[in-house]
Amino acid sequence: MSQTASWQHRLAERGVDRRLWLLLPATVFVLLLFIYPFLYGLSLSFQPLKGGGALANYQKFFNDAYQRDTIATTLKIALPAALLNVLAAVPIAFRMRGRFRGKRLLTTVLVVPITLGTVLTAQGLLNYLGPTGWFNRILMAVHLIDDPIRLTNNYWGVFFSLIITGFPFAFLLVLSYLSGIDPTLERAAATLGASRAQRFRRITLPLLAPGLATTFLLTFVLAFSVFPSAVLVGNPAGSTRVISLAAYQAAYEQYDYAYASAIAMIMGVVELVVVAIVLLWRSRLYTGSTGGKG
Amino acid sequence: MSTRALKATPTAWLIWAVVVFFFVNLAGVVGSVLVSSFGRRWFDTWVPDGFTTQWYGDAWHEFGLLQVISVTLIASGLVVVLSVLVGAPAAYVLARQDFPGKRLVYLTFLLPILMPPITYGIPLATVLYKFGFAGHLSGVVLANLVPSVPFVILTMTPFIEQVDPKIESAARMLGANTRAVFLRILAPLLVPGLLASAILVLVRTVGMFELTFLTAGPDSQTLVVALYYSMSAAGIRAQQSVDAMAVMYTAMMLVLLVVALRFVNPTQLVARVKEEPE
Repeated sequence: MSQTASWQHRLAERGVDRRLWLLLPATVFVLLLFIYPFLYGLSLSFQPLKGGGALANYQKFFNDAYQRDTIATTLKIALPAALLNVLAAVPIAFRMRGRFRGKRLLTTVLVVPITLGTVLTAQGLLNYLGPTGWFNRILMAVHLIDDPIRLTNNYWGVFFSLIITGFPFAFLLVLSYLSGIDPTLERAAATLGASRAQRFRRITLPLLAPGLATTFLLTFVLAFSVFPSAVLVGNPAGSTRVISLAAYQAAYEQYDYAYASAIAMIMGVVELVVVAIVLLWRSRLYTGSTGGKG
Repeated sequence: MSTRALKATPTAWLIWAVVVFFFVNLAGVVGSVLVSSFGRRWFDTWVPDGFTTQWYGDAWHEFGLLQVISVTLIASGLVVVLSVLVGAPAAYVLARQDFPGKRLVYLTFLLPILMPPITYGIPLATVLYKFGFAGHLSGVVLANLVPSVPFVILTMTPFIEQVDPKIESAARMLGANTRAVFLRILAPLLVPGLLASAILVLVRTVGMFELTFLTAGPDSQTLVVALYYSMSAAGIRAQQSVDAMAVMYTAMMLVLLVVALRFVNPTQLVARVKEEPE
C-alpha cells in the first residue's frame, strides 16, 4: 500500500498524475483522425495503382515537369503573400495599439474579410478586377491606362485573394501579440532615454518576434493550401496550378488515391520544411512572459 | 496622448493611406458582388441596367439553400461543441503541467493546424470513405474537427496561463474538489477564452472549404461548398444568382460576426489586452 503511494508520489513529482487523464480525449482524437489517416495515406502512397515498385508514385511526380513545377508555383504564390501580410501588419498594428476613437470599429471592419472566405473573395475579385470591373474603369477614367489590365485569371488574382483573406488575420494576430506586451516596459525604456526607434528595436521587436513567427506560419499555411481561388480567379492550367490542385485532380478526377496521397505527402514535406526553418529561427528567440497579465 | 495623436508623421500618413487603400478595394470587391446580385443585366457599364430582387428567389430555389444553410449550421454547431469539450481540458493540462513527453504531445496537437487541409484532407477523406462516414454529415463534422480541436487548444492555452494558479490552490486549500475548482473557479474566469475559441471555430468551420469539399456528399454540402460548385459550373446558371448566393453567405457570416463581437474583443484573440492607462 505504502509502496504504491510512494510510486504515485514519485510520478506526481515528475508531473504524471490524475490530471493527465484530461488529455486523453484530445489525444485519442488526434490519433484516430489525424495520425492514423496520415499513416494510412503514407502507406497507400507506396502502393502504386499500376505497380512498379514502392516509389513509383513519387518517381512519377518528380519525372513529370508539369507536376513537379507545382511545388515552385505554390511557393511562389504563398511565400510572398504570407510575408507581405505579416510585414504590412506590423506597422499598422503598431500604430493601432493603445486607445483611440473608433478603434473598436476599425478592428471590427478588419475582421470582415476573414469571414468572406476564399470563394466569395474569388467571386468579388472576378467582378471588381475583371476587364469591365470598377477597378479598371476607374484607372481608365483617370487615364492611367488605356486598356484594361489583366488582374484576374492569372497570378495576381490569386495573390490578391490571399492578401484579402490573409492580411486581416495576420493583423489581428499581430495586434493581440502586441497588446500582450506590457506597455510599462517600453515606458521604462523611454525613461532611461531610449528613442522611439531604439524602443521598437530593443524592447518591442524581440518580445514580438515569436508572435510574428507564429503569425507568419499560420498565414503561410493558409496561403500554401490555396485551392478554391487558384481555380476560380487563377489560371488553373498554367501559372497558378498549385500543388493542392494536382493532388485534388489525382484523387477526384483520376481516382488514383495512391498517387493523390503521394502528392499530399510531398506537399506536406515541402510545407514542413518551411515550418521547420521558421520554428528553428523562432526557438532562438526569447519566449516567456511578455508581462501582459490582464 | 492627444498630442501624440495630433502630430501625424509621414510614416503615419503612409500607414493610414495603405489601410484606406485596402478598405477601398475591399469595399469594391464586396460591393461589386452586392450590386451585381441586385442587377438586372450588367455588362460593360458602371452600374447595371436596372435593379431586381428576383435572383435571390432564383438562388434560393435553384440551389436548395434552406437545406444547405441548415446543414451548415448543424455541422458547425456540432463541431464547436465537440471541439471545445475535447480541446479545453487538454489545453488546461498543457498550460499548467510539465510532464515527460509534453513537447511531443504539443507538437502532435499543433500539426493539424500547421498542415494544409488538403494534405491530410485527402488521406482523411479516403479513410472516412472506407468506414462509411464520408458523404454524410458525420463525415463533414469529423473532418472539420481535425483542425478545430487543436485550434481550441491553441487559443485557450494563453487564457488559461493567465489565470493565476494560486487562485486554484487557494480554492483547494479551502476544500474545493477538482470538480468545484473547474466549475466555480476556472470556468467563470475562462468564459472569455471559451467564447473566443468557440466563435473562432464557428467562423472557421462555416468558412472551411477544403475539408468539407473533400468529405461532403450531395446532401451534406455546406454553403461554401455549394457556392464553389455553383461558381465552377458557371455558364449554366446566371452569374447574378451565384452573386445572390454569395451575398447570402456573407450575410450569414456577418450575423455570426456581429454576435461574436458582442462577446470577444478582436484584439483579445491571443492575449488579454492591457490598455494603456489614461
